[in-house]
Amino acid sequence: MTEFIQQLINGLSIGAIYALIALGYTMVYGVLRFINFAHSDVFMVGAFAGYYLARYLPTATFLGGLLALLGAMAICALLGMTIEKLAYRPLRSRSTLTVLITAIGVSLLLQNAGQRIFGANPKSFPKLFPQQNFHPGGGLVISSDQIAVFVVTLVLLFALRHIVMKTRIGTAMRALSFNPTAAALVGINNDLVISFTFALGSSLAAAGGILYALNYPSIDPLMGTLPGLKAFVAAVLGGIGNIPGAALGGVLLGLIETLVVACGGSTYRDAVAFGVLILILLVRPSGLLGKMQTEKV
Amino acid sequence: MAVASLLSLTSGCNKPAGETPGGYATIKVGEFASLTGKEAAFGQSSHKGTLLAIEDINAAGGVLGKKIELIYEDNRTTPGESATIVKKLITRDGVIAVLGEVASGRSLEAAPICQGNKIPMISPSSTNPKVTETGDYIFRVCFTDPFQGKLLADFAKRSIKAQKVAIISDVSAPYSVGLAQFFREPFVAGGGQIIAEQKYTGGDKDFKAQLTAIKAANPDAIFVPGYYTEAGLIAAQARQLGITVPLFGGDGWEAPELLQIGGAALEGTYYSTHFSAENQDPLIQSFVKNFRAKYNGETPDSMAALGYESAMVLIDAIKRAGTTDGPKLRDAIAATKDHVGVTGKTTIDASRNAPKAAVVITVKDGKYKHVETIQP
Repeated sequence: MTEFIQQLINGLSIGAIYALIALGYTMVYGVLRFINFAHSDVFMVGAFAGYYLARYLPTATFLGGLLALLGAMAICALLGMTIEKLAYRPLRSRSTLTVLITAIGVSLLLQNAGQRIFGANPKSFPKLFPQQNFHPGGGLVISSDQIAVFVVTLVLLFALRHIVMKTRIGTAMRALSFNPTAAALVGINNDLVISFTFALGSSLAAAGGILYALNYPSIDPLMGTLPGLKAFVAAVLGGIGNIPGAALGGVLLGLIETLVVACGGSTYRDAVAFGVLILILLVRPSGLLGKMQTEKV
Repeated sequence: MAVASLLSLTSGCNKPAGETPGGYATIKVGEFASLTGKEAAFGQSSHKGTLLAIEDINAAGGVLGKKIELIYEDNRTTPGESATIVKKLITRDGVIAVLGEVASGRSLEAAPICQGNKIPMISPSSTNPKVTETGDYIFRVCFTDPFQGKLLADFAKRSIKAQKVAIISDVSAPYSVGLAQFFREPFVAGGGQIIAEQKYTGGDKDFKAQLTAIKAANPDAIFVPGYYTEAGLIAAQARQLGITVPLFGGDGWEAPELLQIGGAALEGTYYSTHFSAENQDPLIQSFVKNFRAKYNGETPDSMAALGYESAMVLIDAIKRAGTTDGPKLRDAIAATKDHVGVTGKTTIDASRNAPKAAVVITVKDGKYKHVETIQP
């Protein structure tokens, strides 16, 4: 039983990180109807931003850790806005396929620029927060970094929900995702809202990157690929374009993966994750929480 | 061209030795290594050793009246890359022999190509037996995993006093799968018990699920026959989960990066390897001194020493063969006997392996400490 609960904790902590990345995919999809494949590399840049910021900040303190986290989120928000402005905005009127291919191009650019600038060798990520292991009894162990994952993810989820549901810009985002033309007609500045969406999604990816690096402290410029793909699966699982769906999908995927490994199938972990994607596309193409949409002809 | 472009990419790499102008007045030796990527520490170390050997030889006047030119290529630790670059080294650059690699998986990619072209290949530190089984042109200058597995099984029983051991191995690396196998057999035959076996794939970062299952089995020690990137993370996550039993592994652990990744979690862990810079043998100490002088005070590890050794054994064979012709050079390498070098005496046996002593290292107060030397 202890082992099972411990595995649930392990699964939740990796699932929470998937959820943070999945939110970025889902928000961009909700507004622009395309998959931003460069998102997983923004996640990588987030981890590296934390790595370099930590050199100028006190490590293993709450304040230093928080500043590194916020700094990396700000850097990636800027990066996300820049990518949108330079790569995607000029293609706004083109077909989604064109933008999708561009996204893959941006992803490769970030990966290879990362290898050139940061170096291709794995770097060891510093301890940003104070380290402590908690023993809630029964032989269970929760590390402070795992707690950081839960706390940061929950805070960001609630903040995001507040922004989307309660603020003017959030309302504008939702309006845009219903109908961009109508949104523009009622005076919404579409460019600004799209820019903001990218900033928001990218800063969540940065937070995910930092939390991932805290728990698995070896970072390299290609580290985003696999978690990025998994988060994409999570977003589809929950229903792409749906914010609570992405969070739910991330947590579910983390749990499924961990339980597969726990049952001794570690070599099938990724196969199961992508099997879930195929299954969802076959059985419920709109995802767990997604709404069925009829294609208008 | 390739060398020049590589130079601009890899910092910390000095100018390749023996790049003397003058066309065919040089003997071209090829080297493939993981200079960047996940296991860059292996490639960099091994390459530094090889480079130092070539410089030493050229400073002493070269061999057969010619200087040695080392042409090296980076496989970026990527599967599939080694085959391509070794093909290029042989067909385009016309190298007379190939040196490399540290990881058995990547040596296994290059070996059939060298064998097919009848170009001798010497692996500095690939320990999986299959590497030299590829064919009669493939050699190594280090011990093999059956030896390493057995000594680790003995060590686990004798020094760690472990009866129940859990294994966590990398299914994507032939080295790791082989070493796990060669550990299991003698350990079980000697009355020990393997109570849990978990697997991961190279490049994984999350091992908590596997370690939680291992923790539930309550072993006396955990055997991690993988490479340093994952071994460091496994140690850190094991300690995080409250696992306090010793961890131990093979020569795949040896890299300075191990300590950077694993940190304090590595205290009290053990690994077996080929070479210890603490050895007071004058030949070794002079090698350590030269290495430190060339590379800003860096202490050579096993991969560096074996990289050096592989080049020295090749040059010795070229001298004895009196030619760089493939089949004759092959015979000369196969006849290597009691070649005295920095990793002890090298004698190539009938299976083209080099039985050698191993050392066991532990981590104490954040530093590597020599525990014991085990003769073959």
